[in-house]
Amino acid sequence: MLRFAFVALSGLIALTGPTRAADVSEFTLDNGLQAIVIEDHRAPVVVHMLWYRVGAADEPPGESGIAHYLEHLLFKATETLENGEFSEIVEANGGSDNAFTSWDYTGYFQRVASDRLGLMMQMEADRMRNLLLTEDDIETERSVVLEERAERTETSPGALLGEQMSATLYQAHPYRIPIIGWRHEIEQLGRDEIFDFYHRFYAPDNAILIVAGDVTPDEVQALAEIHYGPIAASNAPRKARPTEPPQIANRRVTYEDPRVSDPYVIRSYLTQPREPGDQETAAALTLLSNVLSHGATGFLPSALQFDEQRALYAAGFYSGTRLDYGEFTIYNVPAPGISLEEAEADLDRVIADFLEMGIDPEQFARLQFQWEASRIYEEDDVGELARTYGNALSAGLSVQDIQEWPEIIAATTPEDVMEAARMVFEGTYHVTGYLTQPATEEATE
Amino acid sequence: MMFRATLIALTLSTTPALAQVQIQEVTSPGGLTAWLVEDHSIPFVALDIEFSGAANLDPEDARGATYMMTAMLEEGAGGLTARDFAAATESLATYFEFDSYRDSIIVTAQMLTQNRDEAADLLRLALIEPSFGEAAIERVRAQILSGIDSDQNDPGEIASEAFYSMAFQGHPYAHQTEGTVESVLALTRDDLVDAHQNALTRDRVFIGAAGDITPDELGILLDTLLDDLPENGTPSPGPANYQLEGGLTVINYPTPQSTALFGHEGIERHDPDFFPAFVLNQILGGSNFRSRLMQEVRVERGLTYGIGTFLSLLDHEPLMLGQFSSSNELVAEAIDVLRAEWADIAENGVSAEELAAAQLYLTGSYPLRFTGNDTLAAIMARMQSDNMPIDYVNTRNDQVMAVTQQDIARTAARLMDPDALHVVVVGEPVGLEDGG
Repeated sequence: MLRFAFVALSGLIALTGPTRAADVSEFTLDNGLQAIVIEDHRAPVVVHMLWYRVGAADEPPGESGIAHYLEHLLFKATETLENGEFSEIVEANGGSDNAFTSWDYTGYFQRVASDRLGLMMQMEADRMRNLLLTEDDIETERSVVLEERAERTETSPGALLGEQMSATLYQAHPYRIPIIGWRHEIEQLGRDEIFDFYHRFYAPDNAILIVAGDVTPDEVQALAEIHYGPIAASNAPRKARPTEPPQIANRRVTYEDPRVSDPYVIRSYLTQPREPGDQETAAALTLLSNVLSHGATGFLPSALQFDEQRALYAAGFYSGTRLDYGEFTIYNVPAPGISLEEAEADLDRVIADFLEMGIDPEQFARLQFQWEASRIYEEDDVGELARTYGNALSAGLSVQDIQEWPEIIAATTPEDVMEAARMVFEGTYHVTGYLTQPATEEATE
Repeated sequence: MMFRATLIALTLSTTPALAQVQIQEVTSPGGLTAWLVEDHSIPFVALDIEFSGAANLDPEDARGATYMMTAMLEEGAGGLTARDFAAATESLATYFEFDSYRDSIIVTAQMLTQNRDEAADLLRLALIEPSFGEAAIERVRAQILSGIDSDQNDPGEIASEAFYSMAFQGHPYAHQTEGTVESVLALTRDDLVDAHQNALTRDRVFIGAAGDITPDELGILLDTLLDDLPENGTPSPGPANYQLEGGLTVINYPTPQSTALFGHEGIERHDPDFFPAFVLNQILGGSNFRSRLMQEVRVERGLTYGIGTFLSLLDHEPLMLGQFSSSNELVAEAIDVLRAEWADIAENGVSAEELAAAQLYLTGSYPLRFTGNDTLAAIMARMQSDNMPIDYVNTRNDQVMAVTQQDIARTAARLMDPDALHVVVVGEPVGLEDGG
């Protein structure tokens, strides 16, 4: 016991030795393509990523799912490559490839031996402009996308509630639509809409190139000039998105599904995201989510799972790396025998206690030390670091913002966090969701 | 067309650089063996400690004991409560995970160089002196019961439970590692203490380490962690004796999309035909778009988001398995395609082009795996538990390249048996009847 009390105090000193941030450099081509290079020379491997600053929140009304559908279609034929040949060439070179779509971005990546980087750029540049999009490919892939929606969303009551929550949390902004799209709209998407979307948004001045691994910035720049350099800019900036009206009421969503095993209550608040040059509030919200939720010592699990044993799981999280809005969410999966109404009351009570009691300074120091240490651990996976950069850049942040983030976290005080907590819990309207089994006669027996 | 020719020329002209990983065998002063990739460029070490046996060792009247015991390792140890223990790991920024599977318990750790000794003392407490306190037992029991309940609403888990219980009657593989609601409710502290004594022993441990540590330092670290474990515990059970015949099992579950789990007996890693089978699996249902099943079921027909097969190298009975999900109206057609592909590859083997493409991918991608301390530590622990030689990483690609079309045809005829293929479907499939 004594020994670990001692560790708990002495462990809080800063990291010994300087943390050396991974070597990151930046350049921009004349056609507007922004490029980031993250060096890691431990193994002859490179991750090549191209992020487009376009996502589900940029879809025209009534065409939900088009950004993600297009992401699937980018693996189909171009003027020079046959259907599926892109991935075949990646595989023939020992590489792996995939893609992902979110509200603010659509990203494509390959992981290959570092001497294959030029080939990856050649193919990625090709499909930036030269996709054919045949009717046949579009029809077959629609079925794949609908199967994906069935697998990820429609078989998961939690995912279905999540869709309903977002559609309620946002009243005007397109973060209200699901990234994968509503089924009835996916079913109606046709070649013309997809082709228009592709031509408008897939251009070098709307893209971010990220290369991480065993490469030098000079090599990357030379290859990027060859492969991406000749493509003309589109000069078609992203349209401004609708903004939220002032939120003036709390809202509730109850989703009932016989497939629910563990009912839960979940509550979301609309907050600030990380803003360029202004990340202090987001840093406080990030630490608030850690203080409330991190491991067994977070305020919510500590109270509800450990002290009271009234919850199976209770925690929260902050999604702040977004272009337009952030979200702060808390949830409680109650222990058997406790109703959702009681679980909601438990959440209210524990949050009120937290606002009253404030932050344990030792816990806060431990969390700050973990943030410092994360800079060591993250260097071990530059592919993940590449993703962190892509995500933040497509949320409108700059390289400088990304690099200053750890210092801003370190400068955040418990008072800042409590101020953010009062802003969220006392000053923001929210959406409360219940996930539950349908009420039946058996259930009351 | 120029563009196309250039691509192909590039594809075939060079092979990717080989992995430059140096694996050292380290023997601790106390006699434990570990494999180490020493790399001082980032100041932390990753450990992967695998104990073979795991859920197979559960006595019949204490199913789920090993699973619960493993979950309890971070729930208080050596006089520290669960929260004290968590706070101590936080103050050191060290990370531990304790996971249990059918054949093994896997403990992973990341420790900063600057406080590695304190982190090791903490992990030692979890491994050697877990408290199994009453309050913690009840908290974890409730979480496990909730997990079992969730599994009963998860089509993939329902399919898996059905497949294993039919295939391995009378063997521990017939049971889910978590146990059942009844068995978990009945578990006592004594069951957990017994499971701990039996499962975490020195004779069944395999260790991988990678990062900022010297061989001497690693030896001392391992003795700190593991010296006080018992030498041996319960012996593992015997062969599992696969009993499932070919056919179809439909489990009705109201959901719009059906999940299918399919397979039959597989092949052991030390079988002389393992490499042909490994390449064959890559061609049939390996982890990429090019596989026959992905092409036929997803790309050509749009019947699924993903389908794959894998060689499951269970310790006591290898399997050849696969999985996919399809809407209730489409799943019957997808199964027809699957069965046709299964029969075709059994009868006709693979083409020269398919073999060459699979070899190019498998040999080219292999060196790319060896990055990241966590990944390296895991690879080395798995290699040892699979009884691979330490120079395997240097010979593996040659073994892949040595596979011929004839090898695959011979292996396919032996391994792939369309009549033995059993498909379990969970959902409300249209046009499928049990037993059909």
